[in-house]
Amino acid sequence: MIANYGYKDGSGEYYISIDTDKCIDCAADRACLTACPKNMFEIITDDYDDEVAWVKKECTRALAYDCAGCKPAGGYTSLPCTTACTPGAIKHSW
Amino acid sequence: MITAGIDMGSRSVKVVLLEQIKVEGAKEPSFAVKKAHLMMPGDLDADQAAEAAFDAALAEAGVSRDQVKSIFATGAGRGQVAFANEGVTEMTAGARGAVFMYPQARTVVDVGAEEGRGIKTDPAGKAIDFAGNEKCAAGAGSFAEAMSRALQLSLKEFGEASLRSDKSIPMNAQCTVFAESEVVSLIHSSTPKEDIAKAVLDAVASRVCAMVRRVGIEGNVVLIGGMGHNPGFVQSLKSAMDVDQVLLPELPEFVSAIGCALIAAERQH
Repeated sequence: MIANYGYKDGSGEYYISIDTDKCIDCAADRACLTACPKNMFEIITDDYDDEVAWVKKECTRALAYDCAGCKPAGGYTSLPCTTACTPGAIKHSW
Repeated sequence: MITAGIDMGSRSVKVVLLEQIKVEGAKEPSFAVKKAHLMMPGDLDADQAAEAAFDAALAEAGVSRDQVKSIFATGAGRGQVAFANEGVTEMTAGARGAVFMYPQARTVVDVGAEEGRGIKTDPAGKAIDFAGNEKCAAGAGSFAEAMSRALQLSLKEFGEASLRSDKSIPMNAQCTVFAESEVVSLIHSSTPKEDIAKAVLDAVASRVCAMVRRVGIEGNVVLIGGMGHNPGFVQSLKSAMDVDQVLLPELPEFVSAIGCALIAAERQH
């Protein structure tokens, strides 16, 4: 399942997509959990009894602000979450 | 066997009692809705509202609590249904319910009071892709409701009025508060109510459509959630998605609760 967490508002579209099929047997040992400086990711058991990562509910309404520090303007050349997720399950829409 | 699905929405509580029925020669179990009950909570106590709605559904159906084998909850307030055996997300329940109603459905558009979402489903009713808007209610029913109040129309009149217009007036504001200012400006410029109603519903449909396009429009599209009762919105959604047909269940607001009760039944086997 491709789970899109986030929103669209007047300033743009801010979604973090997680491909849960790549997430079930994580080859990166759940590196996303420690890679995100804001601790936005969490492992949950989804409705189909698979253990997958998701973006914490309290973070999904402020992605534009919370992720800003990891974007090029924050001094990063690549996003810590997508870099740590070697199976390529995590994507940003912006 | 009877199972229950409770959809704790942000505006209303929907309860469905689902009964497994025997069909001669059928390999798969068949199900029928025994009772569908909707309650608008009078106060903010969601736990009490869930209890009251469930008790009312049981009383109307003439079913005792002991006869209900399993209760599953969904919706924004699913965590507050203390007596539920399990909870499932709105995406899982919506996809399962929509495919139960329309086995050919592959794209589910769920527009309730506070949130809209697009769900792509497989033939078994399993959600395989979803996107919502977790921040803003401008693509949902409460936005249309606020605008109908500004036009001094009931929701029914609002939906019907938009069907009488063939004008396309863009609404640029993304936020409900600013959109209301745009509506007031249109009223002051003597724009007919019909045209304003259509402009509002086109705007809601366009926002919903943007979410659905994230998951991709594939196969038959089914609309679930309370906004399915608004004929103007259905028309606007068809135009925005550029599809000939949007499948519309008779009781669109109960589809997620039906999906929930189905999952409860399937997990009994």
